[in-house]
Amino acid sequence: MRYLPKSDAERAAMLREIGASSIDDLFTAIPEEYRLTRDLKVPRQMGESEIIDYFKAAAAKNANGYTSFLGAGMYRHYRPVVIDSLVQRGEFLTSYTPYQAEITQGTLQAIFEFQTMICELTGMDIANASMYDGSTGAAEAVMMAVRITGRDGVLVARTVHPEYREVMHTYAQHQGHDAREVGYGQDGRIDLAALEKAVTDEIACVLVQSPNFFGVIEDIPEIAEIAHKKGALLIVSVAEAVSLGIVQPPVEADIVSMEAQSFGVALSYGGPYCGVLAAKEKYLRQMPGRLVGETKDTEGRRGFVLTLSTREQHIRREKATSNICTNQALVALMTTIFLTVYGKQGMRDLAVQNLAKAKYAADTLGAQGKLLFAGTPRFHEFVLQTDEDPEQLSARLLESKIIGGLALRKWYPELGNATLWCATELTTRKQIDAAASVLADAPVAAEAR
Amino acid sequence: MAYPEKYKYTREHEWIEVAGSVGTVGITDYAQNSLGDIVFVDAPKVGTKVEKGSAFGSVESVKAVSDLYSPVTGTVTGVNEELATSPEKINTDAHSSWIIKVELSDPSELDALLSAEEYEKFTAEETGK
Repeated sequence: MRYLPKSDAERAAMLREIGASSIDDLFTAIPEEYRLTRDLKVPRQMGESEIIDYFKAAAAKNANGYTSFLGAGMYRHYRPVVIDSLVQRGEFLTSYTPYQAEITQGTLQAIFEFQTMICELTGMDIANASMYDGSTGAAEAVMMAVRITGRDGVLVARTVHPEYREVMHTYAQHQGHDAREVGYGQDGRIDLAALEKAVTDEIACVLVQSPNFFGVIEDIPEIAEIAHKKGALLIVSVAEAVSLGIVQPPVEADIVSMEAQSFGVALSYGGPYCGVLAAKEKYLRQMPGRLVGETKDTEGRRGFVLTLSTREQHIRREKATSNICTNQALVALMTTIFLTVYGKQGMRDLAVQNLAKAKYAADTLGAQGKLLFAGTPRFHEFVLQTDEDPEQLSARLLESKIIGGLALRKWYPELGNATLWCATELTTRKQIDAAASVLADAPVAAEAR
Repeated sequence: MAYPEKYKYTREHEWIEVAGSVGTVGITDYAQNSLGDIVFVDAPKVGTKVEKGSAFGSVESVKAVSDLYSPVTGTVTGVNEELATSPEKINTDAHSSWIIKVELSDPSELDALLSAEEYEKFTAEETGK
């Protein structure tokens, strides 16, 4: 859509046409006592060079040259340069939703390829055009399961990202379904015995994350069996998409929701990211969001369209599967380009590098404390227990320009001083060794607990 | 258009054929003609309770989605599986393409339904012919 500016002459003509003498006349419906009688306190206009200086000064406040060991749902991975050079093309950057297939085949094809790659990676039959992010994707997957089964109970593993669980609660609180948490065992995985006890035929779904918040890989086939025995659906949420390069995809799941940020999307202080929702074919009509389909035009040529729109609220409001009326098209395009650039073998190589770096980090840093859940298979995150208080450790690490692991006490008080660390292909041996030496230097008078 | 005499009809364009305590339900030729090419039928599962006048499913065509209203109250005892793969059968022969079978809980409800003649008159009024 073009921007149509107005001149003063055009404004005056429009006012004359409607019989108003000034723009103020258009606000007479607002009682005088509520009308602002002064100009807005907005800084004066800036010239082009002033604007550039302003943003340069703001950018200078960014911390540069820091090593980060943070993960917990958002991951530092390399972004091939070709991603930005392609997504900044006008055809992609400013194009609108592809409602009119005749003029949007490029956009539709890109989304179709995204959907296809997601299915190949997750082992599901169908995928939609993307959700907002991993957390809302998980919430929508739960609502989908409730609709499909007609049951009210929802079981969520405590090893699912705490903020995903919070988002789900926000969605669920007015939906009338009852979400209960299932704890984890000594191995850092969901407690299977507790899960077995909790799954009844009132349960719509079991939601787990794998690799879970502790970095540990869940036993998906086992969990699937427990859930399916009672007719409950299994939803697997994947927070670290790169793990699918080496970890077996959750093919036993009924629905897979994922955060695709790791596929070439910048961290950007929390977003925008790219949610993924994929499922077995029989759940197609209960899937929310946009779906791109492949078809033929009147001359038999292949074409792409938005399809199955009756699930959406602009077609049937009360019967819609969700109120989402958009997708993360541009961000999904970044992930599509990323996956295309890396390819199947590249994705595997990338995952293996992540595993290798994390193994070295876990071994090296683990020697300075205690590695929790050590015997359980994990991807690139691990939990470290230290005598030192995590806030103090974090402060000492920052002095060496290292951002250490995330303190877990806030969500898992039973884990005491434990911190969650992540190493990716971007983490270097030097950085890991530097962090280890700071850890080794812990003040002898550690907090007695 | 000819409407089978032995069927009864609703103003929402469903037909029902009753044998004993079981009613077989579908949509009329008028309905399929108005809807256009049917691409999907959303039918309930066997065992579902249906209520007279309430929606029990929907039929989706290339241009619209229409709710299906039950002519009677009862329990679904059968669903036409053919429509899952060939929904277009409703377009080809609406009066033979049944959608659900219902065990009637109140056969007196049939008295309020339209006869073939009454239904034909009703559709003529709707189209202004």
